[in-house]
Amino acid sequence: MMNLKVIGTGCEDCDRLYENTKQAIAQLGIEAELEKVEDLMEIVKLGVMTAPSLMKDGKLIISGQVVSTDKIVKLLQK
Amino acid sequence: MAIVQNVWFFLQDQILGMKWLNALIGNLLTALGLDISSRIGGAVQFFLYDTIKIFVLLSVLIFVISYIQSYFPPERTKKILGRFHGIGANTLAALLGTVTPFCSCSSIPLFIGFTGAGLPLGVTFSFLISSPLVDLGSLVLLTSIFGGKVAIAYVIVGLVLAVLGGSLIERLHLENEVEEFIRKAGRIDLDSPELSLSDRLEYAKDQVVATVKKVAPYIFIGVGIGALIHNFIPQSFVETVLGGDKWYSVPLATLVGVPMYADIFGTIPVAESLFAKCAGLGTILSFMMAVTALSLPSMIMLRKAVKPKLLAVFFSIVTVGIMLIGFLFNYFSFLFVV
Repeated sequence: MMNLKVIGTGCEDCDRLYENTKQAIAQLGIEAELEKVEDLMEIVKLGVMTAPSLMKDGKLIISGQVVSTDKIVKLLQK
Repeated sequence: MAIVQNVWFFLQDQILGMKWLNALIGNLLTALGLDISSRIGGAVQFFLYDTIKIFVLLSVLIFVISYIQSYFPPERTKKILGRFHGIGANTLAALLGTVTPFCSCSSIPLFIGFTGAGLPLGVTFSFLISSPLVDLGSLVLLTSIFGGKVAIAYVIVGLVLAVLGGSLIERLHLENEVEEFIRKAGRIDLDSPELSLSDRLEYAKDQVVATVKKVAPYIFIGVGIGALIHNFIPQSFVETVLGGDKWYSVPLATLVGVPMYADIFGTIPVAESLFAKCAGLGTILSFMMAVTALSLPSMIMLRKAVKPKLLAVFFSIVTVGIMLIGFLFNYFSFLFVV
């Protein structure tokens, strides 16, 4: 199963990216595990330095940007 | 040579300074029956002109800057820096600080990422000093108000401050003044997502919208204060308190600027109106640097990553550096007479 992590310390943008990602999963009708990583220590362990970011199976696919649901759909299909 | 100079002045005054806009607004206000030579009329004109000018410059600038920045996400900057050593690494950190997207809210993950990757402490601080202080935006905005010579001089001294400040911190060997958990963080190298041209353009557009929203209040406040100074504060007062020939003007401007937090775009109109009232050039630059480089929120964030002693050292070095730059510019201000 695909693992998705929305990363960022609880800012407004992080919530928006989380919602968009949730919708993208629903649109694609795929099974995915969606997590929100908000703890600073956890973020550090992942090696991410910008928020909000989206990680798919350990790979950074969005860095420091809120993107639209459509865009996430495209990125997930790759 | 004369042609080159004319083209340059046209660029500086009309494109960057938008003097035509000021004249246009003046004519419009006069047509509406407002006397622009009166205090109120002058303040209205300054407010309209400056707000429009700053928003236009801001949008264009952020777009271009963000596009360039999309090539330098912090993860990549970290990797580049890891390959350099000594003063070269400090210099590169200061330069990359000008193009890496940065806000005080991301200083902690960034600090941790850099330190965890084994970058020397001084290199990280070079980056942290230069990042808010000098960016491409400040270069263009300063050109629009003070002219190209001052803008370039500002960028150079800003970078020098970042390199020297960082090197000094490294010399002091304060590595154990970094919070425990950061040193243990270890090194993780992530690949940044690959971006296409349209991704980058979209990123740049998003940054423009987000930045305009974020800094708009600062700009309105900044322009408001600027308009008040411009039309209601007597020149003699500004000259007495902030004149370049007064030694106390620089420390005063720095101390007033430090606790304040505003984007460089918000400080520009204040600087502009103070400059018109003959405040010292160095004094104004000290004020701008103090406002942008040091602020309470960023100090609070940084405190999570470093112990008080290192924070105090960082704070002192930057404050003293800013004052030195102020004195320097005031002393050599005759070189910059427009």
